[in-house]
Amino acid sequence: MATRKPEPLVFELSRPGRGATAQYPAAEAADVPEAFRRRQPPPLPEVSELQAVRHYTRLSQLNFGIDTHFYPLGSCTMKYNPRACNSLAMLPGFLGRHPLAQVSTGQGVMACLFELQEMLKHVTGMAGVSLTPMAGAQGEFAGVAMIRAYHRARGDLARTEIIVPDAAHGTNPATATMCGMKVREIPTLPDGDVDIAALEAALSPATAGIMLTNPSTLGVFERRIVEIARKVHAAGGLLYYDGANLNAILGKVRPGDMGFDVIHMNLHKTFSTPHGGGGPGSGAVGVGQRLLPYMPVPVVAREGELYRWLDERDLPESIGRLSGFMGNTGVLLRAWVYMRILGAAGMRRVAEYSTLNANYLLARLKEAGFDAAYPGRRASHEFIVTLKRQAREQGVTAMDFAKRLLDHGYHAPTTYFPLLVPECLLIEPTESESREELDGFVEALSAIRREAETDAAAVKSAPHTMPVRRLDDVRAARQLDVAWKPAAT
Amino acid sequence: MPYIPHTSEDVRAMLDRIGVGTIDDLFDEIPKALRIDALEGVPDALTEMDVARLAGARAAADGLPLNFIGAGAYEHHIPAPVWALVTRGEIYSAYTPYQAEASQGTLQIMYEYQSMIAGLNAMDVSNASLYDGASALAEACLMAVRAHRRSKSARILMPSTVNPAWRHVARAITEGQGLKLDAVPYDAATGRIDPKSLAAFAGEDITAIVVPQPNFFGQLEDVDALTRWARANGALVIAAVNPVSLALLSPPGEWGDGGADIACGDAQPFGVPLSSGGPYVGFMACRMEHVRQMPGRIAGRTVDTEGTPGFTLTLQAREQHIRRAKATSNICTNQGLLMTAATIHLALLGPAGLARVARACIARTNDLVAALGQLPGVRAAFSGPRFHEAVLKLDRPVAPLLESLAAEGIIGGFDLARDYPELGDALLVCATETRTRADIESYARALGRALGRPKAA
Repeated sequence: MATRKPEPLVFELSRPGRGATAQYPAAEAADVPEAFRRRQPPPLPEVSELQAVRHYTRLSQLNFGIDTHFYPLGSCTMKYNPRACNSLAMLPGFLGRHPLAQVSTGQGVMACLFELQEMLKHVTGMAGVSLTPMAGAQGEFAGVAMIRAYHRARGDLARTEIIVPDAAHGTNPATATMCGMKVREIPTLPDGDVDIAALEAALSPATAGIMLTNPSTLGVFERRIVEIARKVHAAGGLLYYDGANLNAILGKVRPGDMGFDVIHMNLHKTFSTPHGGGGPGSGAVGVGQRLLPYMPVPVVAREGELYRWLDERDLPESIGRLSGFMGNTGVLLRAWVYMRILGAAGMRRVAEYSTLNANYLLARLKEAGFDAAYPGRRASHEFIVTLKRQAREQGVTAMDFAKRLLDHGYHAPTTYFPLLVPECLLIEPTESESREELDGFVEALSAIRREAETDAAAVKSAPHTMPVRRLDDVRAARQLDVAWKPAAT
Repeated sequence: MPYIPHTSEDVRAMLDRIGVGTIDDLFDEIPKALRIDALEGVPDALTEMDVARLAGARAAADGLPLNFIGAGAYEHHIPAPVWALVTRGEIYSAYTPYQAEASQGTLQIMYEYQSMIAGLNAMDVSNASLYDGASALAEACLMAVRAHRRSKSARILMPSTVNPAWRHVARAITEGQGLKLDAVPYDAATGRIDPKSLAAFAGEDITAIVVPQPNFFGQLEDVDALTRWARANGALVIAAVNPVSLALLSPPGEWGDGGADIACGDAQPFGVPLSSGGPYVGFMACRMEHVRQMPGRIAGRTVDTEGTPGFTLTLQAREQHIRRAKATSNICTNQGLLMTAATIHLALLGPAGLARVARACIARTNDLVAALGQLPGVRAAFSGPRFHEAVLKLDRPVAPLLESLAAEGIIGGFDLARDYPELGDALLVCATETRTRADIESYARALGRALGRPKAA
């Protein structure tokens, strides 16, 4: 990929009277009454079918994706998205079905969804699963809303606080706020585990629950999880498991066994549904016995040989509906295909080989002279390298490394998250990468470090081979240009 | 091993490099008592061929019935290029464009999408999509409360003519923040809000009113009068619109005097298949003055260090990964893939194609109402203009009729008994440009046969 002439906006290709006319239905005279009518046609582009196809093909070529590049974006689990998942989810019988059609005409898709619910129950060790949340953040919302509903149903209205470790994803505190909860942040110890003394100090009769990611966003397993669960439960709170890092433990240890009461799973991470340039996600939730009555509806049930949707009539205490129908069914079908192809043994291998790849990459980077943020710890499926030393000695930051990696043909790891590790790269290789790919990545990072010693300017001005150089984010926010407007006529 | 490339030599060499004996040793920080040896209750692996056969049989069993339901999800022709492009690996397997320089394709598509959505709604700005129409409406209610600082009530008028599922979702999502959603009744003759009925709220602190267009019954609301009422009473206007209708209907930005403040809806009709309920794509657009209260990703056009135009995520200070507990929403992803489908779909149709689709929808729905209305015991429930849905009143319960139609391969509409019991035996039907006159005739014949049978006891 070399610097090239920018691809024009589709609006700039437009010429009045042009169009992809094969797509138009036959002309009809019907119209809306005059009083309701739009005065000017909407400012949409007028292009030929070929122009549209060429334009969007060219735009796609400006992207890195898993299919084209190693994409070790920490906490995002950018593993191979099997093509079978897409083609089978798009079978006409699934694709053409209206969600409100009689369930007698949807037994096939519901069988798949029911099996998915059951498999997710077993891999998480929970008592029930609802597939409706449409993304991880909505799964989090469902989880905290269920915790809230549980306390309220017991008449315990004082529980208004959610405890969140400082290493948590930003969605955790944002979710707590959306649910009308107050956030209490607790610190992390230097070894990466939760500060239990701080947790004890934070627990009170106001504690509704705690949101934890385990392994944490620091890439380490929370070793005292059983103790944490005991303390939170003893204080009357519930434990919420953020499933962002479920890939690391799939089939090896289950959140339900750790003591969690509710969990969301990012099917687009662990179960390999596509990230699609930022969605659709899918944030199925699993719950323990106590929260079963509060699950978001609908949920698939099997009665004899027939499947049907459980709704508010079946679950009157449900937190309600989170999507217009039943969640991102097409995404759920992709996860179902993936899980059926993997099977029980394949799911365990996900954890095993993602962990193997992460620990191998960590070992190689340490040998190459990079600093692990938590050197005494085993990596989970991801780990953090801190470039604090390079920043201090060469003035080359984690952002500079990230941008230069693009020139080497690697998508950058997650940068500057978690916020508590300075100059960090959060690196998640996933199980689907080969050893050669990991070795190549080590060589690229090593080459950038050498370059930083001899020609820091080249690193600081990277990328050099992308369609654009570093972009002016400040200008983007100050001189806001977020929509093309037709020239005034 | 499916999707795992490691040879046994690789594994050996990698473990040696790490300095452990087995892969299991890598899990030694997890307390032993917690670890499991096998996954119970999960079936064994199948090959791709086996899963394809199973999925194929189930999809075939669900069949391809002739569909006459809308009710929030609409069947439209999807041009072949849309999904051929959307499933290109560079789009399908990319993530949120955190590294803008390696994501210019996704970012430019977001910008084009935002431009199209803003243009359709005659609004200044759009975000890069939300999950679906229902959750977009919920986010719009929360946004209105943030944006309307003078209003202290967090009270939203939510007419009964808004999609009932969307109302449920809005309630579930806004309840934790204490929003009050008050119903507004509809007129029994026209199936739309009577602007005069709002007099009951005059003088009260109302944060916003939701105005659906067309409404859940397919009827056209008097959006200008409702918007003027809101202006006069200090309330914001949240438009909940069907985006196809905007090819012909006055856009939210031009309603009443000064237009709506926020427009939202589901862009599923643009290139997104029905797909048994999702994934769809919520949209939201607003006036510039509210942009900093808008949730979700937004792409902006800027320049690089050499002055070349380029795109980046912007106004991120609103978002959860920066603002954490003080973010405008917890939302993290948009619906990137579906947003891309909508953008390509709109680029192919353009203003002329979209207007043709909208006119064909009106024509086919008129045909459908005329054909079914000739049957004994069937009549249109409401007078007044509509878009591509209509409520029919029947002389007997709807559910058994729908079951018998389904047995003949016809999905006859949405039974309103549960959400609108006051309408009696009422059915919501929809015909888009995808239904031919022959389709409509076969529906009318099948319904005629079903009605010809004795009424169920």
